[in-house]
Amino acid sequence: MNKILILFAHPRFEKSKINRALLTNVGQIYEVSLHDLYEEYPDFNVDIEREKELLRAQDIIVWHHPFYLYSAPALLKQWMDLVLEHGWAHGNRGNNLKDKLIFNVLTIGGTREAYAARGHNKFTIGEFLTPFEQTAALCKMTYLPPFAVHGTHLLTEKDLAGYARLYQTLLERLAQGTFEIETIRNYAYLNDWLAEETGATP
Amino acid sequence: MSASFLHDAVLYLAAAVFFVPVAKRLGMGSVLGYLIGGIIIGPFFLGFVGEEGKDIMHFAEFGVVMMLFLIGLELEPTAFWRMRKIIFGTGILQMGATTLLCSAALLSLGFPWRAAVACGLALSMSSTAIVMQTLREKGLTKTQSGRSSFAVLLFQDIAVIPILALLPLLASSGIPVSSAGHASSLTEGLPGWAQTLVLLAATNAVVLAGRFLFVPFLRFIARIRLRELFTAAALLIVIATADLMTIVGLSPALGTFLAGVVLANSEFRHELESDIEPFKGVLLGLFFIAVGASINFTLILANPFTVALLVFGLMAIKATVLFTTGKFSRLSFDQNMIFTLGLSQVGEFAFVLFAFISQLKILSAHWTDMMMGATAISMTVTPLLLLVNDRLVLPRFGTKESADAKEADIIDARDPVIIVGFGHFGSTVGRFLRANGVNAVILDNDSDRVDLLRKMGCNVHYGDATRVDILKNAGAAEARLLIAAIDSPETNLFLVNTIKKEFPHLKIMVRAKSRTDAYELIDAGVENIYRESLDTSVRLGIDALVALGFRKYSATRAGQNFIKYDEAALKKLAAHRHDQDAYIFNSRKQIELQEQLLTSDQEASPNLNDHAWDSESLKENISKEP
Repeated sequence: MNKILILFAHPRFEKSKINRALLTNVGQIYEVSLHDLYEEYPDFNVDIEREKELLRAQDIIVWHHPFYLYSAPALLKQWMDLVLEHGWAHGNRGNNLKDKLIFNVLTIGGTREAYAARGHNKFTIGEFLTPFEQTAALCKMTYLPPFAVHGTHLLTEKDLAGYARLYQTLLERLAQGTFEIETIRNYAYLNDWLAEETGATP
Repeated sequence: MSASFLHDAVLYLAAAVFFVPVAKRLGMGSVLGYLIGGIIIGPFFLGFVGEEGKDIMHFAEFGVVMMLFLIGLELEPTAFWRMRKIIFGTGILQMGATTLLCSAALLSLGFPWRAAVACGLALSMSSTAIVMQTLREKGLTKTQSGRSSFAVLLFQDIAVIPILALLPLLASSGIPVSSAGHASSLTEGLPGWAQTLVLLAATNAVVLAGRFLFVPFLRFIARIRLRELFTAAALLIVIATADLMTIVGLSPALGTFLAGVVLANSEFRHELESDIEPFKGVLLGLFFIAVGASINFTLILANPFTVALLVFGLMAIKATVLFTTGKFSRLSFDQNMIFTLGLSQVGEFAFVLFAFISQLKILSAHWTDMMMGATAISMTVTPLLLLVNDRLVLPRFGTKESADAKEADIIDARDPVIIVGFGHFGSTVGRFLRANGVNAVILDNDSDRVDLLRKMGCNVHYGDATRVDILKNAGAAEARLLIAAIDSPETNLFLVNTIKKEFPHLKIMVRAKSRTDAYELIDAGVENIYRESLDTSVRLGIDALVALGFRKYSATRAGQNFIKYDEAALKKLAAHRHDQDAYIFNSRKQIELQEQLLTSDQEASPNLNDHAWDSESLKENISKEP
């Protein structure tokens, strides 16, 4: 079984329906722990030692955040800058995160179609996420494709419940550990892998 | 209004207005200024006032009565109860020993024992007026010496009553006496038990009236919203209480003190304080002038050695007893010196007692005059002694004004920061700076605290920070930053003005207690003002929001925004403040301020307008798209 840590960063969680839906049931999965960064560090003063301690115990790490202006909210960047230290997370002797799995969970206002070379946003989500991907690589971690909820402004109650179920399925599947990493890495989105493997769609 | 009244008023006020600033400039307290003013305009020097000085003194004694009312106002019953041990412990020790020694000394001079005992009692009194005024001016009321002085003085003020009651017993029988030296007293001619009953009834009446009569009465007056009416009401309460006490033969000072204590818990405390304060100040000044003017220099010049010996002997006895009392109360040397010298004079109650003793024919008129002269001189000498102590004794034998030499080698450049006042506010700032490698120079006037800080290796200067020479010693000329963290807003303001004038290059950061203080500081041109209640209360508010289920970050951001908004509102309202009608009550002013704030809060809604990370407008846009 894999232990999973969700690093959740949302400055206005109380106003985000989709994220409330996504996180409602994750606590029921034994292997998953939720780390609510804006609630833990409202003053941005990240406790580095505590974070390192937390990371050490995990197998899979999730950067779960809204996709603000093609990136993450400020506190998640702050967290990365402070916690992923040279000599601990990367560099010759920085092997503490080695071989752990990591990926982004995104809530995005725009549709999936808008994120393409010919689309409104010119680039794909994968392209926008390259800083995260390379950070993971620098820390000798294995980066997986993102799990994304697109078009968040237009979701119905039914959609919300569907995505919540899907997120739960994903986490359960990853916790069980019965998957081929190389297979997963072939997909653009974890959503696609789930649809193919288990037939699960929102 | 007679011309002579106006003439006298001009003389006294002019003496005050001229001599007090001069005394202040020379670093002496205001008390000394008044006393010297009195001596100069008195019969011996300029002769502007003659015998009527005595009448003025009677009138001005009311300043003492008002002062006790104010002292009572500042002393809540619970605080009084907490101090009972120190009040009675030090009080009994000081009065008992002083009376005993003075009486013995007078006996050896050939006084009859009755006179010796009566004088001993009178001489054991110290001057509440001089000591409290001086301590307050020096900002020492909250130090160990301040507390001990206050305790002893309070005990003496209370003891006046039984002494007045007991003095007739010392009179040789057969002399008709009017009780307590007051012309007409209700209790006159009543048997002892009835007198006691009347006294108890009067005391209870004051306490009950304070609870059930004064407060509703003041509420009624306050609703009429005429400032002068409230002042009149406050005066009425003080004078009526004093009158009642006089009628039943009690000390009016004690009665008003009691009324003050009872009103200390009422919502009118601050209003009463600010209303009575100016009257007290002026009357007390008048009283000191009268004391100065009443010194009978003719008598003194006729018997210079006797008077000198008397003053010296008395003060030596008093000082010895006080120093021992201070030792018993475990005062440090510095504190004990202030305590000892501060209380070494014979106080204003001695005038009352001597007048009564003379009336009872216990003491001859000649000796009464001598005693009164000695009392007045000792009162004049006290501020001088304190000055000598401050400038010559303490710097040499006590806590030194400048830091040890070895401190200077460690920090070769002068420390860039001066913190003035190291109470709970200043010490937090100091500790924070120290934790970050900035060693500030600390200025404080509590010698116990200075001693402690020295032991901890801090660079501490001891003394009154409003004095330019002490500021210079602390390195104000070279420092970059001065943090004014004194508890008293008035002192802080005074300090700010001194700095602006003498050390204009220094950046000043000032602690302010309230919005009103902040306004004063803004008027004085200070830019960096820190209201001590602002950040803490907002932090509490943030935690309250979190406790109610708000997200921590949203609450934190709301708090940050609120502080920013409130600081801006402060600057804005400070400019408009002067347009207001000046004749509104203090607390009324507070409420109007609150009202103003709440209204502008509604208009600005500093947090409800926070659109951060809000996708509402985005959503609208999307839903409009086909």
